[in-house]
Amino acid sequence: MNKYTPIIGLEVHVELKTKSKMFCGCSAFYFGEKPNTHTCPVCLGLPGALPVPNKLAIEWCVKIALALHCKINEYSKFDRKNYFYPDLAKGYQISQYDLPFGEKGLVELKSGKRIGITRVHMEEDTGKLSHQEIDGKKVSLIDFNRSGVPLVEIVTEPDFDNALDVKEYLEKLQQIVRYLDVANADMEKGEMRLEPNISLTTTPGKLPNYKVEVKNINSFKFVEKAINFELKRQEKILENGEMPTQETRGWNEDKGRTFSQRSKEDAHDYRYFPEPDIPPIVMTKDEISKLQEEVPELPDKKLVRFEKEYNLPEYNAEILTRDKLLADYFEETVKKVKDIDAKTIANWIINKKVDYEKVSSEELLKQITASKQVAAIDENELHKFINEVIKENDKAVADYKNGKEASLMFLLGQTMKKIGKKVDTNRVLDALKKKIS
Amino acid sequence: MDIKKLTISQAKEDLKNKKYSSVELTKAYLERIKQLEPHVKAYMTVTEEEALNNAKEADNKIAAGEDLPLLGIPLSIKDNFSTKGIRTTASSKVLDNYIPPYDATVVERLKNAGIVLLGKTNMDAWAHGSSTETSDYGASRNPWNTEHLPGGSSGGAAASMAADETLGAIGSETAGSIRQPASWCGVVGLKPTYGRVSRYGVVAMGSSLDSPGPITKTVEDSALILQVLAGQDPHDATTGPNPVPDYTKNLAHDIKGMTIGVADDYFEGVNPEVKASVEDALKTFEKLGANVKTINLFSPKYAIAVYTILQRAEVSSNLARYDGIRYGNDRSFLGDEAKRRVMLGTYTLSAGYYDQYYNKALKVRTVIIEDFKRAFKDVDLIISPTSPTTALPVGATENQSMFGELADVLVEPSSIAGLCGINVPCGFSKAGLPIGIQIIGPQFAEETILNAAYEYQTENPLYLKKPNL
Repeated sequence: MNKYTPIIGLEVHVELKTKSKMFCGCSAFYFGEKPNTHTCPVCLGLPGALPVPNKLAIEWCVKIALALHCKINEYSKFDRKNYFYPDLAKGYQISQYDLPFGEKGLVELKSGKRIGITRVHMEEDTGKLSHQEIDGKKVSLIDFNRSGVPLVEIVTEPDFDNALDVKEYLEKLQQIVRYLDVANADMEKGEMRLEPNISLTTTPGKLPNYKVEVKNINSFKFVEKAINFELKRQEKILENGEMPTQETRGWNEDKGRTFSQRSKEDAHDYRYFPEPDIPPIVMTKDEISKLQEEVPELPDKKLVRFEKEYNLPEYNAEILTRDKLLADYFEETVKKVKDIDAKTIANWIINKKVDYEKVSSEELLKQITASKQVAAIDENELHKFINEVIKENDKAVADYKNGKEASLMFLLGQTMKKIGKKVDTNRVLDALKKKIS
Repeated sequence: MDIKKLTISQAKEDLKNKKYSSVELTKAYLERIKQLEPHVKAYMTVTEEEALNNAKEADNKIAAGEDLPLLGIPLSIKDNFSTKGIRTTASSKVLDNYIPPYDATVVERLKNAGIVLLGKTNMDAWAHGSSTETSDYGASRNPWNTEHLPGGSSGGAAASMAADETLGAIGSETAGSIRQPASWCGVVGLKPTYGRVSRYGVVAMGSSLDSPGPITKTVEDSALILQVLAGQDPHDATTGPNPVPDYTKNLAHDIKGMTIGVADDYFEGVNPEVKASVEDALKTFEKLGANVKTINLFSPKYAIAVYTILQRAEVSSNLARYDGIRYGNDRSFLGDEAKRRVMLGTYTLSAGYYDQYYNKALKVRTVIIEDFKRAFKDVDLIISPTSPTTALPVGATENQSMFGELADVLVEPSSIAGLCGINVPCGFSKAGLPIGIQIIGPQFAEETILNAAYEYQTENPLYLKKPNL
């Protein structure tokens, strides 16, 4: 047994897909847009501009918290997180400090292991810096289109002890926000960003005196790699009788390693204080339970129900519930017919990789029915075709007689081709066998 | 027309009756500005072209029979209000070349009400101060004695009003910045309830305190302007949905039976001449039928620490955006006072000090709010001197890093509590400098304080007295 136990916690940022930004009316859609076209005095941090919170974004944040079984703070507020960076227009980020919208939730993994959710809070995204060379001069450019896009931060307890569980949790989280229809969580577009905190302890249950944070990773695979790399790196240091440095590191995918970005000494003091521009947010129990009602059946529950209700194997139920729209499509299709069972529909959707955006459930049912339907064929006609095939393929017939089973299938194929319409294959096969033997 | 005697309400009537045009009126003010600015230094920017265009437009509207609340009325606006296309510096060199692409809500409302913008007035840089001496462009002067300061931070606004370099002025107060300069310059200054007037577009100082408001010759004029400014703003989440009453309707209501609270602690350390003048004013109120009652209020001295901590903390965060990356100059252009405030605010918010300072100040703030609530159960209004002194001479703030906090000690408690208050001139010192009383009301009681102030001013119309300029 390894003498070190990994202790891993996660901070995940998810961008909400609201139409407008968190604190102004600008469009929150920035991907691929011309730089600095979705801006206003508020998200540019001009003198005198004030933030007005996006109500829908707050509701969505609460929904995420509810889906993660969090306790919702009826009295909540925004705080200013003060730090300097050129992409941060106001010199502070509006975030939440001691009263986040959601706290103390949990996510259950397949193994039954429970991961504690520390908090779910609302904040705003920053602008985007790009360092370029223009006319031979190195310059830094800032695009504020992303400045103020609603961002939800989900923080777990340090409950993970391996990278695979982390990956499972992240996939689950992504699935949940997509089920809620509040975020696309497209990793490649940076709509979901991951920051694992990693350390090793010799006494399970006891946190060591350091932790290493790996920042802004944008793929589940990279997180897995980064964690495993870190665990090895830290183990080596501990084996040498030293203590790993508490620091923030980045992930270099090309080199397959993490690298130091900022040490504890440069750690920020964010000087949080209540955002005076936004009155505290008070939510009534009624409002919260209304949002709870709007949380749809989540993948875990849906999977179990699919297994039971439609008598599906877990494997099928899992595939169908990965995507809420696919699950809905499946159920919609099942509801439309009586004579085709759910299992057949499930198999058809999975095996043929049906694109629910292109094939309507009616169309799908037509396909399935068509595949089952057999055309009528006259006995004499069938025999006529079989005789023709036998005559034309005497070698195959001989082969079959000599024990080559595959030749029979070849002859079947030839016969079907001659018939030219979809007839009951078994009947043709039987007739064929009888004739040859 | 004699602009020295003119009030907004009078000018409104004259314009309507076509006694003169808005262009003529505007030209008269522009002329006076030209003549007096070398001595008063009230303005940062005079927007002559804009003013004449506004006036022409107003005259066209008047001719077309349009009736807007402030149609054709020339006003000055403090230089911390964003004005689209017009330089807005907050009297700081950091914003020396900053031209806002948008109007503050207050400016937008005034424009919609038909005003003529004469220009932007000087102030303490970033509104940090009570003298205009921290302005990076030099101090304004008190029209009653140009060797003296006008007070601040809306010192340029109050001076422009007192010197008749405008018919009305827009200022802003965090704690004292409207009432104190109004007091020193002998004009009316109304600080509305926090959240009554939108802060959108006003260069932020203490965000939990900032309140824009009018500085005028008469109480009625303040009511006319407040009518335009007040109301919920979708751009400012701290503005309240409370309905806006007709502020001019009950101005002349008699105040018989009104109870006025007076707290001894608000007279402590107050200059004897000021004290005597305020006591005279209280007698006038009694004569008008009000009951003057001694009440207990926490000593205003407790407000100094609370105000200083909360305001410096907010300042340190609010000034962070002035990094010179997107607009304006970089931080090396910040003046000493701004730097001091950023340092102190940063310190009080730092890890390990937050509970000791900021959090504690928040708690005391709640205590002060409760103290006023308790007091307003027994009285309708509270009256005290606005400032412990009359206008101090130029140079008085040198090496006085807490000058503003001390000069504004009597207005800080009500500002911290988000209450409304109004300064009304009540007398003159032997040296000929104005003295003012402040009338403080509960939140959203602007109607009541305006009523009391109006009745007092009618009894003691000191605005008729003019400085020798």
